[in-house]
Amino acid sequence: MNGIIGKKLGMTSIFNEDGKRLACTVVEAGPCVVTQVKTQDTDGYQAVQLAWGDKKDKHTSSAMKGHFAKSKITPKRVVMEFRDVDALPELGSVVDVNLFETGEYVSVVGKSKGKGFQGVVKRHGFAGVGESTHGQHNRLRAPGSIGACSFPGRVFKGMRMAGRTGGNRVKIQNLEVLKIDADRNLIVIKGAIPGYNGSTVIIER
Amino acid sequence: MNSIVNSIASDDLRTDLPAFKAGDRVTVHYKIKEGSKERIQQFQGDVIQRRNGGIDETFTVRKISNGIGVERIFPMHSPFIDKIEVNRKGRVRRARIFYLRTQIGKAARIKELRTR
Repeated sequence: MNGIIGKKLGMTSIFNEDGKRLACTVVEAGPCVVTQVKTQDTDGYQAVQLAWGDKKDKHTSSAMKGHFAKSKITPKRVVMEFRDVDALPELGSVVDVNLFETGEYVSVVGKSKGKGFQGVVKRHGFAGVGESTHGQHNRLRAPGSIGACSFPGRVFKGMRMAGRTGGNRVKIQNLEVLKIDADRNLIVIKGAIPGYNGSTVIIER
Repeated sequence: MNSIVNSIASDDLRTDLPAFKAGDRVTVHYKIKEGSKERIQQFQGDVIQRRNGGIDETFTVRKISNGIGVERIFPMHSPFIDKIEVNRKGRVRRARIFYLRTQIGKAARIKELRTR
């Protein structure tokens, strides 16, 4: 397997052996159960489906109940597919935090915090109008010109403007694994990861 | 904050340091690494604030060095802190004694706390 499903718990910091203070994120990850193995013959591509997080029976549709019964597990909240898996695991096998090692570099996928409707300074990193004096008046965070005049006579597609910000799927690569607690299914990752505390994240190689 | 998150840092928390407050005069013995050599530097002054909690706690020490005010911020739980000596307890009415920065001469002193 190359990935695992988890929940972002929150951030803290730890001191490494050099005495440096490192900001880190604690993620509760796994144990995930393999609920389906897709192969070239049956599905046209290779993938492994993992399920994680308990959910009540009454909140599960009959179709999903049948699906979980195949791997003989109770209903799970999150079901996700992982592609590019080298060795296909068996149906019903368990993937836990021991998948990773301390010091390894991983990628984390999550849904970033929604920021609502934001202007171009926050959304695209525009610098805004440089000065607040010299005749400027309430245009400090304005985007400036969005195009030329009668030629081309329109605004180009993809012009960066204000709008809904955040709430996207974001992947952050090359984050170091600082600590693994197999008893409590915890992974401590260096730095920040996308999303709010309690949001679902994927940790992968 | 989440108790599980707190427990991750709890191994790194220092319990060997003495209790002190803003207004106290302390000597911080701080390990300094220069290449492969390690030596201990002392910094004595008045604690003017303690900030944050848990593993992220820091404290600021202010001293007058050659007539110039010098402030240094130490992480409370840093492994570089060899030891902290509390030289004197101060009687202050607030947790952050920033007014000390504007005081000169005799006014820039902190009264000693006397307990029976």
